[in-house]
Amino acid sequence: MSAPALQDAAASPPRAARRIDAALVALILGAVILWFAPVGMGRYGTYVLSLWLVMSIGVMGLNLTLGYAGQTSLAQAAFMGLGAYATAILTTKFGVSWYAAFGISGLLTFAVGLLLGFPALRVRTHYLAFVTLAFSTLVWLVLRNEQWLTGGTFGISNINRPEFFGIKLFGALEFHRFVVVVTLILSLALWWLIRSPWGRAFTALRENPVRAASLGIDTRAYTLLAFAIGSAYGGFAGALYAPLVEFIDPSPFALSQSFSLLLMVVAGGAGYLFGPFIGALLGVVLPEWLRFAGSLYLILFAAIVLALLVVCPQGVSGLAERGWNVLRRKSGGAR
Amino acid sequence: MSSVLEVHDLHKAFGGIKAVNGVSFSVNEGEILGIIGPNGCGKSTLFNCILGQLEPTQGAVKLDGRDVTNMRPSALNRLGVSRTFQLLQVFPELSVRENLILAGQEHQGSMLGRLFGARDAGLSEKAEQMIGFFKLGHLTDAKAGGLSYGQQKLLDAAMAFMAGPRLVLLDEPAGGVNLTMLGDLKERLRAINAEQGATFVVIEHNMDFVMSLCTRVIVLAEGRMLAEGTPAEVRANPAVIEAYLGH
Amino acid sequence: MAEFIAYLIAGIATGAIYALAAIGFTLVWQTSQTINFAQGEFVMLPAVLILLAVKLFGLPLWAGGLIGIAVFLLIFGAGFKLVVVDPMIKHGVLPLAIATMALSIIMKEGAKDGFSAEAQSFPSLVPTDMVNLLGISISLQHLAIIVVAFAAIGLLQWFVGGTKLGRQMQATAQNPTVARILGIPVERMVLLTFLLNAALAVVASLLISPIYLAKFSNGETIGLFAFIAAIVGGFNQVRGALVGGILIGVADSLAAAYISTQYRLAVPLVLLVAIILVKPEGLMGRKEERRV
Repeated sequence: MSAPALQDAAASPPRAARRIDAALVALILGAVILWFAPVGMGRYGTYVLSLWLVMSIGVMGLNLTLGYAGQTSLAQAAFMGLGAYATAILTTKFGVSWYAAFGISGLLTFAVGLLLGFPALRVRTHYLAFVTLAFSTLVWLVLRNEQWLTGGTFGISNINRPEFFGIKLFGALEFHRFVVVVTLILSLALWWLIRSPWGRAFTALRENPVRAASLGIDTRAYTLLAFAIGSAYGGFAGALYAPLVEFIDPSPFALSQSFSLLLMVVAGGAGYLFGPFIGALLGVVLPEWLRFAGSLYLILFAAIVLALLVVCPQGVSGLAERGWNVLRRKSGGAR
Repeated sequence: MSSVLEVHDLHKAFGGIKAVNGVSFSVNEGEILGIIGPNGCGKSTLFNCILGQLEPTQGAVKLDGRDVTNMRPSALNRLGVSRTFQLLQVFPELSVRENLILAGQEHQGSMLGRLFGARDAGLSEKAEQMIGFFKLGHLTDAKAGGLSYGQQKLLDAAMAFMAGPRLVLLDEPAGGVNLTMLGDLKERLRAINAEQGATFVVIEHNMDFVMSLCTRVIVLAEGRMLAEGTPAEVRANPAVIEAYLGH
Repeated sequence: MAEFIAYLIAGIATGAIYALAAIGFTLVWQTSQTINFAQGEFVMLPAVLILLAVKLFGLPLWAGGLIGIAVFLLIFGAGFKLVVVDPMIKHGVLPLAIATMALSIIMKEGAKDGFSAEAQSFPSLVPTDMVNLLGISISLQHLAIIVVAFAAIGLLQWFVGGTKLGRQMQATAQNPTVARILGIPVERMVLLTFLLNAALAVVASLLISPIYLAKFSNGETIGLFAFIAAIVGGFNQVRGALVGGILIGVADSLAAAYISTQYRLAVPLVLLVAIILVKPEGLMGRKEERRV
């Protein structure tokens, strides 16, 4: 065995370990920065930051479905809607605590994900896209038409923000910090999931489902689980969204929103842990800060994603990785 | 001697084309069975039908006397049936070690156990063993996609053995592998066969490889069995000579 | 009974339009693995472009129509294939499907910003009178839609089955690799299907816009129904798309009349779920080989 090869073998395990820790450190560091970020930002700025995190959770779930398991779901906004409405109805009409409503939202969307995914994935993978497309429309119809439950187009207002061990989180800053903590917990859970044998199986079924099956990986079960967990993240995002905006109506949960969420996954970089944050930044925060007219920005955003898909289907994260590799190679050559 | 795998009158038609047309054979415990035949004689289709990748038009497949016809590939694998593919099939984005752990993890514990259990599913040691056994030691943490063709081929084979299978179906293991590595591969296969009593079915074009490795050989032509016997018998069979020379 | 038949005919008419969109969708899917999630917008846009040409240049309707149609065929027939599909297909089916979603957003929001957020009336090519047939009053417009749509589909069937070019196209759709070996100019055939898809969308647009008006958001329902029609009928078949389209149109029309106007959309959705559960290859589809 040659010397460089030996050196390589000795050097790589710590390097791999360091990279994994880097993700963890970045998550925690990001949470600390976001905890303090809105100081002096004002109500609106703080609200936009919180909205960014909430949307990131929804995109994160879709990233699991699309980026890690290679499935298209066109109902992520509908799942957010289910979570948001479940939380709003449970807390305003039945006096359930937000924490219970949050858990119920996740369980409900997980269960619905299993129910939808099971028949769809039995057939062929593209069918999940069509089944979720139909489901998205159905949810929207119910939200709009069942006035007695959902308030129809008038929606549900006066959604209360939760308390945290007796501390009221009514203010923008307090609630923002609460959102930061919940986002951190959900991100850590996902980070851990992706590193588990399940995450390895998810990657395998995206890269080569036939080979994966020949190694005993139940591709159907894992695909279904990835989709259901991804959907549950949609439910969690919705459960945070409702108290954040304090008023919900059906429009943010329409099919076109599900399309936008998919574009955010792609823009940020499908299959990258931090992709969803970048995607939601581009898709939600930027237009708010730039005060862009809604539809004009949507056109611009969609065009950017289209261009990204041609140039670098791995999105902004992929571009960054490419750039980083080029830089490293250059500095390596100079050494 | 008990037979591990039995194939009864297997047929597979694509539209009007009969790719496999009534093949029956059985494989005994500890045997290394070779399947040879000219291109397009239905070898790979036969494998895919046995392994649940394709639905046979007719016929049955039995594992230890139990009917496993049309069983899903993942379920079949968990019963101890493993395979390699004609074309290379490793997971390029995963490291060599991760590829091997992946190949074994579904045989460890339950679904939930895998979620909450150890990240390597307790397989690191076993993976290291395999890496050592297949002489990939210096590449443990390299991405599988960056390996040379021959190294990937060894990894591919190592993955098939990771879960300690009873029966392994190898689809052209020698294809595209250079001579030195070919000797290595043959030696590894023999060792696993001898030490673990694993049973092999090997599809191969490389005659020397088949004839020196296998204990028994089946010759397929146009979806049917043409001959069966020891390597020496098959080599001397006039029908086989004609089928090969005729092509 | 008379009322029922009138609803039935209305359903067949809109169903025939969905069938046009579904056929285009299926053609493009077969030849280039493109799942076009912008298919609904493809049907929405031609009418909008025509009205835009009339408004911008002060043209008479026929001239605006010609310009609108030409622009549409150029951009969303040839351009779509060359600029979106070609560079993306090497990345796989999934990125391409997502690209069509981006395209659908651009088309929809573009129509809203560039044309109008309100629904605009679109002139009908035939009188909108009612005729009385055996005591049943039937809309002349519906009859005309049925005639035109079926003529278009018949023409397409004749082209695919009865001309050399059409047969080459079909061979390409069934197996591009074999077609290439046979010396068929596969690339040109794929381009042809994209042009045909755009042309079918134009016909559908001209037929549906007088009824539902020209509006940027029309594509959502049309697209959804076209996908459902393609799946219900059987993904791989022109005939399937036709049967699926008519079935969806009739179900929708009868549901609106007899069940609930609010939940009329739900009936085709239920049909979709039922088909996926019971006969996933579609009514006219062939069962596919299992791979995994």
